[in-house]
Amino acid sequence: MAEKVLVVGSGPAGLTAAIYAARADLDPLMIEGMERGGQLMLTTEVENFPGFPEGIMGPELMDSMRKQAERFGTRIVSSDVTKVDLSSRPFKVWVGDDLYEAESLIISTGASARWLGIPGESRLRGYGVSACATCDGFFFRDREIAIVGGGDSAMEEAIFLTKFASKVTIVHRREEFRASKIMSQRALDHPKIEVLWNTTVEEVLGDDLVTGLRVKNVKTGESSTLPVEGFFLAIGHDPNTSIFQDQLDLDPSGYIVTDSGSTKTSVDGVFAAGDVVDHYYQQAVTAAGMGCRAAIDVEHWLNEN
Amino acid sequence: MGQSTVTGTDATFAELIGSDIPTLVDFWAEWCGPCKMMDRPLEEIAADRAGQIQIVKLNVDENPSTAMQYGVMSIPTMMIFQAGQEKKRLVGARSKAQLEAEIASFVS
Repeated sequence: MAEKVLVVGSGPAGLTAAIYAARADLDPLMIEGMERGGQLMLTTEVENFPGFPEGIMGPELMDSMRKQAERFGTRIVSSDVTKVDLSSRPFKVWVGDDLYEAESLIISTGASARWLGIPGESRLRGYGVSACATCDGFFFRDREIAIVGGGDSAMEEAIFLTKFASKVTIVHRREEFRASKIMSQRALDHPKIEVLWNTTVEEVLGDDLVTGLRVKNVKTGESSTLPVEGFFLAIGHDPNTSIFQDQLDLDPSGYIVTDSGSTKTSVDGVFAAGDVVDHYYQQAVTAAGMGCRAAIDVEHWLNEN
Repeated sequence: MGQSTVTGTDATFAELIGSDIPTLVDFWAEWCGPCKMMDRPLEEIAADRAGQIQIVKLNVDENPSTAMQYGVMSIPTMMIFQAGQEKKRLVGARSKAQLEAEIASFVS
């Protein structure tokens, strides 16, 4: 028998949708994915989620949301969705060879860290190249490292990495950060942090381990080598929508398009919430809010259909 | 769930990887979100394949010298050992199916 509602993804959007759907007796099934808990699993202290005046660790917040979803009966499958067919109802969702059918879908697959795609980057991943400062910072005690990016996450990660590294160089392609004033200032004021402005990373150097970066000043065109043993990326995220291509309307950057003022996608009965839709706010609390809206939209839609 | 994996330490590591059966070591830490995703698949494989492959969990925070000795710079990292020799290294989280495929050639 088809599920009433199937939730794909398990970040704040998906788990909030599951909590609401479960409390509305829709008996949701969640396919949480390999990156269970989403991007917050890669963070440390979350200081801006309301209700936690002392802050809360990202993974702890996600574990709590997951428990809350389970408490109301959400069933959880711990794998990645590999294929979907949204052309007819019930919708079909595959996890490898296992087929799930559902009357309605909430897509909350989020976004994943972007890579530069430069030579050496993927070859040296795990050998000095990392997109998870909280996971891997520990291994760079007393070493010099670099991080590329200019947003709030880059500032936060650069500051986090100073706990371990002897020096952190932020490489940024423009002459000012995109990050909020408070975060930029915290990074700029830090004695262990230096900034290379107007600079791009062209190549990660090293045979078996990272030994440096080939960087280029975009103003002068001059190339030089920055000797570092670690290279962290914090250059933003891409929406996880490859499995929905040609089945749902996506914007040019790959985000799912929803009706304004609702979570409805281009396919009737398919709803979307969180960073997979939102390339602007991208906060845990905004994602949770959208997840709530998606569950309420689904409930109304199921009543009408 | 009972525990089928073995907890390794710096002190027991050499003996564990020298086992008669292949050994998969999971390098992890409490503060690593993606590492937590490996708990269930590794526990299941350890239970399913008891006697064929030994699964060792090594906390890098508590056992830094083993992690350093093997040049671990990113977690989760999983290494497969045979008779004390490193045969394969996997960096980053994997699903149970992916892990099964990676260990297939080591278990008969």
